[in-house]
Amino acid sequence: MIEPVLDVRDLRTYLKTPRGTAWAVDGVSFTLASGKTRALVGESGCGKSMVALSIVQLLPEPAGFVDSGQVLLEGNDLLDLTWNEMRAHRGRDLAMIFQEPMTSLNPVFTIGNQVAEAVAAHGGSKSHARRRALELLERVGIEAPERVHGQYPHELSGGMRQRAMIAMALANRPKVLIADEPTTALDVTVQAQILALIREIQDEMGMAVLLITHDLGVVAEMADDVSVMYAGHVVESGPVRAIFHHPQHPYTRDLLESLPSRQSRGRDLAVIEGVVPGATDWPTGCRYASRCRFRVDACEASGPPMIARDAAEVRCIRVDAIAQSEATR
Amino acid sequence: MTAGLLLHNAWANAPPVSIAGVLVWIVMRSRREPLWAEAYRRLGRSKRALGAIFVLSLCGGIVFLDSLSWQGSRVEEPKTVVDRLFDRPFERTYSEPMGSATVGEVTPHRLLGKHVFGTDSVGKDVFYKVLKGFRTAFAIGGLACLVAVPIAVTLGLSAGYFGGVIDDVVQYTYTVFGSIPDILLIVALVLMLGQGLSSICLAMGLTSWVGLCRLVRGETLKHRDREYVRSARALGASHGRILVVHILPNLLPVIIISVTLLFSGLALYETILAYLGVGVGSNFGSWGNMIDSARDELTRDPSVWWNLAFSSGALLVMVLSLNVLADALRDAIDPRLRTE
Repeated sequence: MIEPVLDVRDLRTYLKTPRGTAWAVDGVSFTLASGKTRALVGESGCGKSMVALSIVQLLPEPAGFVDSGQVLLEGNDLLDLTWNEMRAHRGRDLAMIFQEPMTSLNPVFTIGNQVAEAVAAHGGSKSHARRRALELLERVGIEAPERVHGQYPHELSGGMRQRAMIAMALANRPKVLIADEPTTALDVTVQAQILALIREIQDEMGMAVLLITHDLGVVAEMADDVSVMYAGHVVESGPVRAIFHHPQHPYTRDLLESLPSRQSRGRDLAVIEGVVPGATDWPTGCRYASRCRFRVDACEASGPPMIARDAAEVRCIRVDAIAQSEATR
Repeated sequence: MTAGLLLHNAWANAPPVSIAGVLVWIVMRSRREPLWAEAYRRLGRSKRALGAIFVLSLCGGIVFLDSLSWQGSRVEEPKTVVDRLFDRPFERTYSEPMGSATVGEVTPHRLLGKHVFGTDSVGKDVFYKVLKGFRTAFAIGGLACLVAVPIAVTLGLSAGYFGGVIDDVVQYTYTVFGSIPDILLIVALVLMLGQGLSSICLAMGLTSWVGLCRLVRGETLKHRDREYVRSARALGASHGRILVVHILPNLLPVIIISVTLLFSGLALYETILAYLGVGVGSNFGSWGNMIDSARDELTRDPSVWWNLAFSSGALLVMVLSLNVLADALRDAIDPRLRTE
């Protein structure tokens, strides 16, 4: 098996809130191989963004802390590093792009200035940085890079800004690109362009992409592997085809069924009843139990372990029983 | 004039010339930045702003001319351009505005031969004194700002950005400084350092940073958690870089506006100090001193009102145009009007 470039093991991150300690990430593990894309999917508040912020160690200050676990970047644990050592990795080995292209650029500097700044953050001369900035702007599909180079963020459209953000992230050819909802704030057509761009650059540079999204369409389009997150941990993880065609965890099933499709035309959309339990006190048993169609009493007794089934891993004690009942029906 | 004297004058003239040069350079240079060019355009559209800038450049011109000195010969005291042009010999006693010069006027000139603003009770030309006051006011505003602004910006930025213990320390410091009455602190400092322009500037600078510091801290807090700061961090920028390169430029508009107001406030404050007898001292022409001496003049019969009126008038004109300019600047460079 190929050595993964990023290996996250049993990551636990908490936030201190006025209502107590919220375990936003509660034992998340996954691996990411070079040149591959892993999608982290889940609804709002399931902790997927916190995973990303824990990896780059930019948790909200002063409330967020990584409690335990390992984040191995090519075998080195990033969690052992000091702030300055970590800073050297950010942008060079690990780059991150954020959801809001509207506000992720500094309003008082030109685009070219900011891309050059990203290039220069890890050394290099000014003239080199400028040349490279133009190159990058052209690479991310900005027409007339010379003109955009001198423009301010407020003069650009959302798609253009996200392209500029990508150019900044690519400045130092990172090994891992973490994209936190990169297309959520964009129009559907622009979204497709941006995703295509990320794919293209990924193929060209052979970097690994950790894609964080709640949009299953984006996942199907982009990902090689998927980890479905629910309430702070991964409930199902596996290759994208397996997850989409043969979902095993009840949550994944419900999630996929709640998507509009050709079969469900004319009918009401399926809805997952209930709400996600609060992160300050997770239930002791399965966290999906309160909303699950297949719930039995044993589900609430203790937390289910990850069980390997087919190509995927599933966190459900009833996975076989559910599969059987499906088969007989 | 010997070469040595020329050099002597060059040394004396270097600071004012270079300050004026730097100011002009900053304005010209920032015009090329599209962001500031837009602000200038807006400023240019406002009649109030243009008026204020016109008045202030007149004041600045007077200050500049009053800062350039030359020396006729080795024995002569160095004199500034303003001294050469407007210094009138003492009259024997006070005279009313537009009173004719009687002493020492070799070739009576239509305007220069008159005491336009009259003379004060010891016979000194009020117009000349008013002109001399500009330099003191600008020097006090400028030098005290030079002391106060770096303190305020450094402390405010680090308190807002780093938070925690640093924030606590800075907050306690400025709260304590803010709770001591300024006048008391300034008087104590001036008495300690001795009267003079530099000590009064230092004292005023050390007491006037609190407001700006509080403002900078608040603004930094606001910007610290903005997405662009987060993405700069994600790209590996250091704390110093984020503070200086990313956050500070976003605070510049706010800082510029409040420094303009601080400047005029300080100039105003000097008159109060002079009135209390802890001003720049009698070696410098200052409006504060003029107002202070007017205390006795007003009680005379007939009362000598012009010393008070013209010094207060000059002060009013300067402070008013600074405040108008600050208002216009706020309209022109407010980032909230600019983005989106």
